[in-house]
Amino acid sequence: MNIDSIINGIVLDHITAGKSMEIYRLLGLEELDCSVAIIKNVHSNRMGKKDIIKIDQVLDMDLNVLGYVDPDITVNIIRDGKTVEKKHVELPERITGVLKCKNPRCITTTEQELPQIFELRDREHGIYRCLYCEAKAK
Amino acid sequence: MRSLIDILELSVGEIDALMGTADDIIANPQKYSEKCRGKKLATLFFEPSTRTRLSFEAAMYELGGNVLGFSEAQSSSASKGESVADTAKTVSCYADIIAMRHPKEGAPLVASMNASIPVVNAGDGGHNHPTQTLADLFTIKREKGRLNNLTIGFCGDLMFGRTVHSLIAALSRYEGIRIVLISPVELKLPGYVKSGILDKNNIEYVETTDLESVMPELDVLYMTRVQRERFFSEEEYLRLKDSYILNESKLTNAKSDLVIMHPLPRVNEISVGIDKDPRACYFKQVLYAKYMRMALILMLLNIQ
Repeated sequence: MNIDSIINGIVLDHITAGKSMEIYRLLGLEELDCSVAIIKNVHSNRMGKKDIIKIDQVLDMDLNVLGYVDPDITVNIIRDGKTVEKKHVELPERITGVLKCKNPRCITTTEQELPQIFELRDREHGIYRCLYCEAKAK
Repeated sequence: MRSLIDILELSVGEIDALMGTADDIIANPQKYSEKCRGKKLATLFFEPSTRTRLSFEAAMYELGGNVLGFSEAQSSSASKGESVADTAKTVSCYADIIAMRHPKEGAPLVASMNASIPVVNAGDGGHNHPTQTLADLFTIKREKGRLNNLTIGFCGDLMFGRTVHSLIAALSRYEGIRIVLISPVELKLPGYVKSGILDKNNIEYVETTDLESVMPELDVLYMTRVQRERFFSEEEYLRLKDSYILNESKLTNAKSDLVIMHPLPRVNEISVGIDKDPRACYFKQVLYAKYMRMALILMLLNIQ
């Protein structure tokens, strides 16, 4: 199966197989006008199977949120058809609008217009807690 | 502009400074009687409270200021569905500082993010109650003369007791603190408090179900209520409840200068007979709380 190479854009590689649609929605890629390719179940020596997303545009967005969703993702920045930067995502200090607090006593349960914000409290164990009530993210 | 939502937002140095101010207020009350003239405290209490609300109000009156507010959600616009953010913005137009109690965890933080005046968390559900912790620290300091090199016992419901978790977190920043955790197995201190606070700060601690066996070691005994609804069965509650009721006989082996504390309200976990014992400090704790709230109001309003 052939997918055209991109000239200027981003390739999200080493996505855990089956997670590409979640990431597509999380990053709001359906809003883009450019070409976006979602390639599922690609053979990978390291992972067995993986997903890849190719975005035919250089986006100015914080991709570190991917570190929470799928920490093994590699972000490749492509310029003039060449990979100019390859980076691993890190756990972000703060995640907004991705997780929902499950604590029934949290203020976000009654005031649902409040942004759902979680902060990284333990990088080693990847533990996030709700900004408002400090409940652990599940 | 600064608020106080969580006790750990205050450094040890700042807590020392607040205790210094509170000491000075006790020694020279007249000096402070007009410090807040022309200032208004809004007490926004979305759930009932006797001690905390009256303590804040008494604190502001003793500083020469005024108080406005409400004492239950039904008498505020919250009953019409107003958000905490809008309430905070509105009250910012009327007052100079807010003390807020709310049943939902994080509500005072939301208020502080939207108010243009300082917000003090006066208790948000089972989450934080920083001015209680300030009162607890000040009580220990006044009664023991120090906040380091102490063995402090926490007895009762250590699982759900927010005052216990906050005080342990605050004490973990002092040297030579040893913690004795006395509770039924069902109500032990949560693992995240043990690992996140005690282990992380290398605080020595022991856990036991037997209050009397550890009594001789204690410099401070912090009692909390063991609530019936926390138990899985009525039999279990009835079997255990008396173990955690402090009476004269349990104090037989206690130190003569033990400090007995309780965040109140008490139901039956401290026998009324103990009240006359000079070691009973829980009503002094109420008084000290008022002085610490006075000191805090001055600090947050930048009044020297």
